[in-house]
Amino acid sequence: MNEQHSHDHEHTEPPSSTELRVKSIESLLVEKGLVNSETIDKIIDTYETKVGPNIGKAIIARAWTDPQFKSDLLDKPDIAISAFAEIGGQGEQIRVLENTDQVHNLVVCTLCSCYPWPILGLPPVWYKSAPYRSRAVADPRGVLEQFGTTIPTNVEIRVWDSTSEMRYLVLPQRPEGTENWTEEQLIKLVSRNSMIGVEIVNPPTMGTVNE
Amino acid sequence: MKIQDHKNPQLPNLDELAMIPRDDSGPVFSEPWEASAFALVVQLSSENYFTWQEWVKILVEEIKEANLSENSYIRDHYYIHWLRALERICNDKGLLSSTEITTREEDWRRAYLNTEHGKPVALEAAFNNMQSSPDHKHEL
Repeated sequence: MNEQHSHDHEHTEPPSSTELRVKSIESLLVEKGLVNSETIDKIIDTYETKVGPNIGKAIIARAWTDPQFKSDLLDKPDIAISAFAEIGGQGEQIRVLENTDQVHNLVVCTLCSCYPWPILGLPPVWYKSAPYRSRAVADPRGVLEQFGTTIPTNVEIRVWDSTSEMRYLVLPQRPEGTENWTEEQLIKLVSRNSMIGVEIVNPPTMGTVNE
Repeated sequence: MKIQDHKNPQLPNLDELAMIPRDDSGPVFSEPWEASAFALVVQLSSENYFTWQEWVKILVEEIKEANLSENSYIRDHYYIHWLRALERICNDKGLLSSTEITTREEDWRRAYLNTEHGKPVALEAAFNNMQSSPDHKHEL
């Protein structure tokens, strides 16, 4: 639509209408003093790089090495987690789901994308996608296959639907062969996806044990 | 391994999930504007212009409406739902009106067109070219 634009200089091609829309909302809110640009950048930076899933990984590694902490984490998650992160900022509660030989837990938010942000950072793109949101409940094993995860048929799969009030964190099983590992070593093994329940934590391969 | 749900054709095909990066370090945003839209909501909510519960309620309504849309861009893009919900909550709470946003969007578009390629784009540029903006109504 800009083809007829004729100047003696090259103009700047406007971004998509969606980008302009966001830019417009942001610039209006800044002008009205309702938000400020530095805080916006800080929020993005915090959730993208600082929080990430690192806090979750530390919590899982602690639970694997400290039986008292693990029992607190399952019974009184708010208190146990408060040593690692501030939760409840959005009025939410958190519940920790332990994977065992009998039960594998899988977390979804079928309505939108509720997620334990303070622990896992922002949800990945697939978590917010319609196929994941709808298929996780209807066909959890099929979804897990997409992630290369096969859960034995004798293991029950429980699917947990998050809400704005209740978020879930999966406590994956500690892999075999890590009995002598320290907490710091274990942190590196835990993946974000295992704390959502779409993957398991794999046993270490040869050569990754000690650095 | 192909899973087709014949009983419920309403469900999105699982194969679509295979097209989204699922690796552990996969992206949380596909484009920068998504990050901005996200952060605006977080900030407005933390400044108590609305509660997170109010936000989620509107977001869920937007997602439900978008699921019925014939336009796949609107139907399938999570942050489009987010953006529409943001506009709606700003409107509901009297923070911004849709007209205001649309006017600003046109101003930004003109600002880009009036700015030489490679130069930073400022909103003021929208009003540099009096031909494209006969009524110079903004004082900036």
